[in-house]
Amino acid sequence: MDGIHDLGGKQGFGRVQYPSPPHEETWEPIVRALSAFAIRKHIYNMDEFRHAIERMAPRHYMAAPYYERHLTAVATLLVEKDFVTREELEALVPGAFPLAGPIGLGRLPAPPQAFAIGEKVRVKNEFVPGHVRMPAYIRGRVGVVVGISPVYPFPDAAGHAMQAPREPTYDVRFRSRDLWPDSCDDALNHVGVFQSYLEKLETG
Amino acid sequence: MGGKRRRRKKEYDPMANASDQSPATPEQRTAALEIVLRRKGEMPETFVEDFTDHAEEKWVTDNGARMVARAWTDPEFRARMLADGTAAAKEMGFEFPEHHRQLVVLENTPNIHNVIVCTLCSCTAYTIIGAAPGWYKDIDYRARVVRESRTVLREMGLDLPASTEIRVWDTTADHRYMVLPMQPPATVGWPEDKLAKIVTQDAMIGASRLEMGEG
Repeated sequence: MDGIHDLGGKQGFGRVQYPSPPHEETWEPIVRALSAFAIRKHIYNMDEFRHAIERMAPRHYMAAPYYERHLTAVATLLVEKDFVTREELEALVPGAFPLAGPIGLGRLPAPPQAFAIGEKVRVKNEFVPGHVRMPAYIRGRVGVVVGISPVYPFPDAAGHAMQAPREPTYDVRFRSRDLWPDSCDDALNHVGVFQSYLEKLETG
Repeated sequence: MGGKRRRRKKEYDPMANASDQSPATPEQRTAALEIVLRRKGEMPETFVEDFTDHAEEKWVTDNGARMVARAWTDPEFRARMLADGTAAAKEMGFEFPEHHRQLVVLENTPNIHNVIVCTLCSCTAYTIIGAAPGWYKDIDYRARVVRESRTVLREMGLDLPASTEIRVWDTTADHRYMVLPMQPPATVGWPEDKLAKIVTQDAMIGASRLEMGEG
């Protein structure tokens, strides 16, 4: 989905607060541990967890600190997996318990198609309703494969608790000036791209 | 219409779209989730404490720093680490969560500078370089570093020469990156233990270069 989380290349943001100011919140390590427990117990997987964060209302996402996004995702998934109802959750706290928005449709991977290091590839011009790990800034763009990673479950299926066949991901190199012509610093941008998101370039 | 300006019912709340009530604090919501996982997920009483202790003791920046120091002093290890970062890390006894299946090590040179980001969330090789710092998870860093890398790095205190090529790596899949920084020339000949102490997390993300630091 073209969600609020897909921030790469968005404009209007400010200076990075660097170094980070001291930060000590006792609830944050608890959230981290609770989510790790749920993952280990296979209550949900990492892709479902990421997608639950992505489904947060944009206003909530932008305003929430990092670990509040995590806690919202954990709560959303526990409700969706019938561990607890929203009413039960709200009965445990003095106030509302905001959750992420409803989940849409996942999808299966494309038919397997291998790419080689050094090969020029195009990112498909796809608009996906559910979870996807292709940042919008590379959609439809051409790059070169510079690395191949071991197979992983296809996130667009795994994020929706579907059987997720595994497929390789490729580190694809783009020129920043091809991604944002006339409006960027010169750099080589690398993105880890799942095989299903790529297509062969037609050779003439 | 009376011409009277309508008064807003209550303060603007960015999270109030789902409920009329204002949200409980994150502390209260976290405590509720802990109760649910204990009652319905059979989470052991000591899990949170045990997990946090383990994370704080084992998943520390010193792990990556020791890999870097060893790469500076042992050319064979360096070659192994660049070819297969996961194997090199495991060789030194470091662990990975189930979903981190590969550690890719990116070598800085005088003319190439690597910098890591996760634009979609905040993925990091946290068992190797330690939990991500606040600025890395910040929306400003995630939005800008892919598009304005040189400017962002300069704002963060790293002013790279125009001749240095910047390579940005967006952690969008489930392999993880770490930068192998260049060794400061003044430290050549130091023992590995002493070298490990000068390697910072920021240098392994690519927000700084050790050889350009003061001292």
